[in-house]
Amino acid sequence: MNVVDTKSEKHEGWNLPPAVAPDGEGELLEVSMGPHHPSTHGVFRMDVTLDGERVIRLKPVFGYLHRNHEKLAEGQTYLASIPYTDRLDYICSLTNNWAYALAVEKLAGQEVPERAEYVRVILGELTRVQNHALAVGFLLQDMGASGTPLMYGFREREEILDLFETLTGSRMMCNYMRFGGCRVDPTAEWLERARKIVAKLPKFVDEFEALLIGNEILIARTQGTGILPPDLAVNAGVTGPVLRASGVNYDLRKVDRYSIYDRFDFKVPLGEHGDVYDRFMIRLLELRQSLRILEQALKDIPGGPVMDPKAKIRNFRPKPGEAYGRIEAPKGELGFYLISDGGPNPYRYRVRPPSLINLTILEDMCLGQNVADVVLILGSVDIVLGEVDR
Amino acid sequence: MLGEGILKGLAETAKNFFGSYVSKERLTTVQYPEERIPTVENARVFPFLVYDGPDWEAGLRCVSCQICEKECPPKCIFIEKSKDKKPDFVGKMQFYPVRFDIDTSVCMSCQICVEVCPFDAIRMNTGFELATGDRFGGLLLDRKHLAHSNEYYHSIHPTEAAEVDARRAEEKAAAEAKAKAAAEAAAAKAAAAPAAAPAPTKQPAEGGS
Repeated sequence: MNVVDTKSEKHEGWNLPPAVAPDGEGELLEVSMGPHHPSTHGVFRMDVTLDGERVIRLKPVFGYLHRNHEKLAEGQTYLASIPYTDRLDYICSLTNNWAYALAVEKLAGQEVPERAEYVRVILGELTRVQNHALAVGFLLQDMGASGTPLMYGFREREEILDLFETLTGSRMMCNYMRFGGCRVDPTAEWLERARKIVAKLPKFVDEFEALLIGNEILIARTQGTGILPPDLAVNAGVTGPVLRASGVNYDLRKVDRYSIYDRFDFKVPLGEHGDVYDRFMIRLLELRQSLRILEQALKDIPGGPVMDPKAKIRNFRPKPGEAYGRIEAPKGELGFYLISDGGPNPYRYRVRPPSLINLTILEDMCLGQNVADVVLILGSVDIVLGEVDR
Repeated sequence: MLGEGILKGLAETAKNFFGSYVSKERLTTVQYPEERIPTVENARVFPFLVYDGPDWEAGLRCVSCQICEKECPPKCIFIEKSKDKKPDFVGKMQFYPVRFDIDTSVCMSCQICVEVCPFDAIRMNTGFELATGDRFGGLLLDRKHLAHSNEYYHSIHPTEAAEVDARRAEEKAAAEAKAKAAAEAAAAKAAAAPAAAPAPTKQPAEGGS
């Protein structure tokens, strides 16, 4: 049996030559950023090698929040995994529920009633709005605009979280989607309240844009920083706003047309340069498109049941087979891959988290940049460690 | 002009700062312990057990079927089934839990136990100020601490409780009609053959409102 040498495993690639050549003056400095660093968005560590101010090597180290999500799900029923998916990307629990429910529905061949599809779209887009508001707020927080922009983001998010709480009973851990529909039917009052909040949101976004969009300090720091070329982004499997900021037109809502997204009229905003500024702007533009979808969905929502009457809560055993369900989560493509052997629990359960895969290009974006920009670039990728480590 | 964008941003901040004195919409914070936002009806914190009637021990709806124990994702419910049976609200003989513990330090408030319970016995509480000085014993709730009356359930989730009561009343009426029909059939049988067994007695139903 091989004895794993912890040192060589921990520092894999430690003896490779640095990707960016040092200038030969002075000594190299190794800095460990995190895991307890306010800019690392949770417990995330970066081993950064510096030549003066320049980054010449960066190794992301994660796993501090590993919770055994995939293995746990293999040991319990399909239903019992839904609350755990809430805790993957804890900012947007509803889209996680949705992706998992979609995978199980594919596996079991279940149909979803039309009203439930509308409710899912409404909640998914509300989740996107609050995630982007928060992502932009945290990005600016990392930039040193301490407090104010983040609180603007939180103010928008608060209204939406109150909506979630009224409907699902919880602000963040919603546990709402079920196989074959949704858990509770939104009342007419809830829909009315959602319409009011959605009508109010564009004004909030205007304020948010007026606050910082033309700010010279922001432009000086973000434009030309952390450029991600489109070919590298595609090769690394990056998805979501990070990919679209590099100018690649790939949005699963348009590509897959899952659920009922083909009924709505919306555009996919694209960036041009792939720098931090584009990634910041793309989120604000997507926010406006989400509000457009929300307006249409809240106008058209039909009546009827929100749950397939044939769906089973207890003793759910899908036939043997495999399925991959994916959706455009706010952070990118979120997929669940399931293999069933006909039993009450999945034989294999695998999550394709957007945060982890978007993180793989972090080194390429940071090389040659200043150490202060590393914080900024990490903030612009928008990771949640609950999803990276699972 | 350099600095124009910064000034615009500052104007926006100033608008919000001074606006918060006149417009309620801009003042979003609540001074928590003094001011409180009422909890919403669907809110959920930790589960509790519903009982009918005045006595918590006799009126517990739980029949110790242990479905919630099996389905609970973090496995925080511990149930011990009774040896004997007692009649439930429709008069059917059922087991009852001699021990029902929920470890609220493990519970993640997911509501799966509520969804899978076929007897409407476990429901979510809404109280959230639950800090305790005892990390282990204080968070392990036994069935006495978990039991809350149906009236309490009505006070926190009025819509849901009304639905449950209507459904239970229906079940009870159906069971009573069935028992009556059975009693009549038995009486008819007894009239036909006087030596037959005595007519079954209907159990008095407890609570259920």
